[in-house]
Amino acid sequence: MVTLAAGPGLDEAAIRAALAEVPDPEIPVLSVVDLGLVHGIAIEPDRIGVELLPTFVGCPALDVIRGAVEERLASFGVPVEVSFTWHEPWTSDRITPDGRRRLRESGFAPPSPLGEGSPIALDVPVPCPICGSRRTILENAFGPTQCRTIRYCTACRQPFEAFKAV
Amino acid sequence: MTPPSLTEPLRPATKHALELLLLAMADDEFVIGFTDSEWTGIAPMLEEDVAMSSLAQDELGHAQALYRLLAELVEDGRDADAFAYDRPPEGSYHARLLDHPRGDWANTIARRYLYETADDVRLEALSDGGWRPLADLVAKVRREERYHLMHIAAWLERLAERSGEPRERLVAALEKLGTDAATVLAPLPRDEVLVRDGILAAPFTELDRRWRERLQPVFDRLRLPMPAELSEPIRARADHSEAFRRLHDEFNAVRRIDRVATW
Repeated sequence: MVTLAAGPGLDEAAIRAALAEVPDPEIPVLSVVDLGLVHGIAIEPDRIGVELLPTFVGCPALDVIRGAVEERLASFGVPVEVSFTWHEPWTSDRITPDGRRRLRESGFAPPSPLGEGSPIALDVPVPCPICGSRRTILENAFGPTQCRTIRYCTACRQPFEAFKAV
Repeated sequence: MTPPSLTEPLRPATKHALELLLLAMADDEFVIGFTDSEWTGIAPMLEEDVAMSSLAQDELGHAQALYRLLAELVEDGRDADAFAYDRPPEGSYHARLLDHPRGDWANTIARRYLYETADDVRLEALSDGGWRPLADLVAKVRREERYHLMHIAAWLERLAERSGEPRERLVAALEKLGTDAATVLAPLPRDEVLVRDGILAAPFTELDRRWRERLQPVFDRLRLPMPAELSEPIRARADHSEAFRRLHDEFNAVRRIDRVATW
């Protein structure tokens, strides 16, 4: 995307910093930046364009995310256009190291790394976010939202949620 | 959602064949997503309540994205909702496999297993396709469908390997589907044009062969009846059942009351 400096305060770093304050509606400890949703930022004299990658095709939170981004960027004083694209598939590897740490701290296992071009690994051990044990089992590949699975730790005997590796 | 830009010029014959393909795929995902959402709250176990609801949510999301691509391509003023809701039941273009009602759990598993595996062969044949908006979407959809395949394969094994009622019901469910079992990969009109233009990797007759090649070792091992050969390809997406008409009536209920209702 084309990035042009346009007036004081309207630079990509400032916009990115503002986006880092927009929480994901379903997992609010993470921002849209932590999740790796931001695909591109376009700055023009009369508008800001933000292109986002949906985590799931049918994610029902997209309109809420669009609204939250528009609201947060409104202070820059120009119209904000938020769009979603499939040009690049969002994958769980896009969650930043900060994001992974925040997930773990809130009792949520971060997704297993997929690596470049590797098939989706379904049997990779997922460490327990509570006690750290790797002796965890998949209880349900599907959870309360599209992006979560439910696991159980046989060491500390706690169920926990893990982010789906996609 | 801004649809991907449709910059590649398409020849009229290709455009028409592509519209039919998108409609078939979208209707398939919409109908199976809607039918299986009927398990929400009444599945045999709590985990399956959650799983079936999540699967249904994925499928309806895929249907919506496909209807959007179709609306962009057709450009006649209709949006994704108009394609999903405003067509009469006889105009629905889903495969007859999905006309069968959800029935008992074995029926649901049999139908979904055949659908997911056939859909996977279809998606694979589109993933390197020359029409970027669809290839991009398919790349994303396949990442989600991996979970569906894993889940449904586990259920097929579970029912097949448990002698007595679970196995009997599964075999009966597979047999009941008859010649509708293979309708997802029935040839679409002019699909050879999509192959010629590099959108689809192989014609549907070849995709059907690939699908059977994949099923054979699983069905042999589990001693399950292989899907019957397609008998009337021309009827594969027509003459829908009474069960589908009831479903159609239900999924249009809100739309009939309030055309502009949003979630």
